[in-house]
Amino acid sequence: MKKPLRKFYAWLDERVKISDLVQFMGKKYVPVHRHSVWYYFGGVALFLFIIQVTTGILLLLYYKGSEQLAFESIQFIMSKVQFGWLVRSIHSWAANLFILAAVIHMFSVYFERSYRNPREITWLTGMLMLFLGLGFGFSGYLLPWNELAFFATKVGTDIAGVIPVVGKPLMIFLRGGEDVTGATLSRFFGFHVALFPGIFTFLLVIHLVLVQRQGMSEPLGLDAAHERKTMPFFPNFMLRDVLLWLIVLNVLAVLAVFFPWELGRKADPFASAPAGIRPEWYFLFMFQSLKYVPPRILFLDGEVLGIGLFGVAGLIWLLVPFWDRKSSRGLRGKEISYIGIGVVVYILVFTILGWFL
Amino acid sequence: MSSRPDEFAPLPSASGQNVPLEAGQERRDFLKLALGGGFIAWIAAVAYPVFSYLKPPKQAEVEVTSVKVGKIAEIGKDSGMIVRFGSKPVILIRTADGEFRAFSATCTHLDCTVQYKKDLGVIWCACHNGKYDLTGRNISGPPPRPLEEYRVIVQGDEVSVLKKT
Repeated sequence: MKKPLRKFYAWLDERVKISDLVQFMGKKYVPVHRHSVWYYFGGVALFLFIIQVTTGILLLLYYKGSEQLAFESIQFIMSKVQFGWLVRSIHSWAANLFILAAVIHMFSVYFERSYRNPREITWLTGMLMLFLGLGFGFSGYLLPWNELAFFATKVGTDIAGVIPVVGKPLMIFLRGGEDVTGATLSRFFGFHVALFPGIFTFLLVIHLVLVQRQGMSEPLGLDAAHERKTMPFFPNFMLRDVLLWLIVLNVLAVLAVFFPWELGRKADPFASAPAGIRPEWYFLFMFQSLKYVPPRILFLDGEVLGIGLFGVAGLIWLLVPFWDRKSSRGLRGKEISYIGIGVVVYILVFTILGWFL
Repeated sequence: MSSRPDEFAPLPSASGQNVPLEAGQERRDFLKLALGGGFIAWIAAVAYPVFSYLKPPKQAEVEVTSVKVGKIAEIGKDSGMIVRFGSKPVILIRTADGEFRAFSATCTHLDCTVQYKKDLGVIWCACHNGKYDLTGRNISGPPPRPLEEYRVIVQGDEVSVLKKT
């Protein structure tokens, strides 16, 4: 270290004992095994989140969250502001890649059963962040106030309205009234740039502190015969992390430049929903399922049943550390794998159906 | 074991004399109740205005009962159009044989706005592929109920849509 830097370090260390932290980081090891590759996806999601915060703040400098001005302000960003097209395109692409990275991270944790004792809270905070990520996607989708967004929001908030008892008030709360209007846009804008980031940051801090404190989870049945290999977190693992982040940044730049995000047509509340309308890909499997649900099943409305089933399935998934007792005892139960494979296959099949039909 | 051995000891009264144990306990219970109750009341006093604030106020809306759409000649046969009926969209359809029909354009499934699909001769919702026939009846796909019907009146060559009473 150069002298002024060393002096600053000494000054800081004298006051906040930073050497403890440095020592902790120096002693942190990451297990090396054939499943180690999955460790990187959480980091990728984190990196994409940081990109979202940065590009989001940049967009905020020009975006106007009102019914009359939202669409035009994004047109302005994309056509007049220097590199505005790039910033907006990166924000849209990174949002999608973030969901993708988070979903891969979540499934890898599920299949490795890393949610098991003692990492239940890490799983819960992670799942809540994934749900919030979907909320980010849903609220952000409306902000350009284009045709697709308008109807996606109508459908999405109407789905919330289907929930018995609390549904209707919840829908009115989300929409800021009976219908999707400028009031909805204002609310979604607030959720997207203030409420969600606040909650997300809080969850993220807990999540990361727990990961640091408890270390990386190792797959079940790994410690059997052969010797455990590890790699220092700093600098070995971190450098690999950073290299991957660099690759992700490049992929992002290529996507944003060569496949710029479209703006579409401005929303018109008195136009029919356009043919070929569909939600973002990560909602497609639910969207497609709802198409197949008949209007009435026994005495229930089909949509109530369909949405209810997704809600219950999501809740069961969220609580997996508490009903999968086997893996906490160090046993690798087959049923977890079967359920997981079933869910992945279902999501894949219905996403593909939704994409091509 | 309590870290404060005198926790349950008799409290000294204002006059300096020891108050009997039960009286001290009673006073403690009363204080607990008052503080707890006060805390709950405080929460309610904060939560009530916040929740009320979240509920969007009812906007005064002019009740629309009829809307003039236009001249017959402007509306082609075998076509449909969306009419602004107050804050709600209404679909006005002129069938192939020139008859007018009007329905709420809000799909009964999940709130999308429907359209007239010429090639199939049905009312179609693009969101989840719901279909209604030209009497508004849900005939295919997920819609659970028929579309609400509106009245169409032709006075001279002027077409109007009215709410059914």
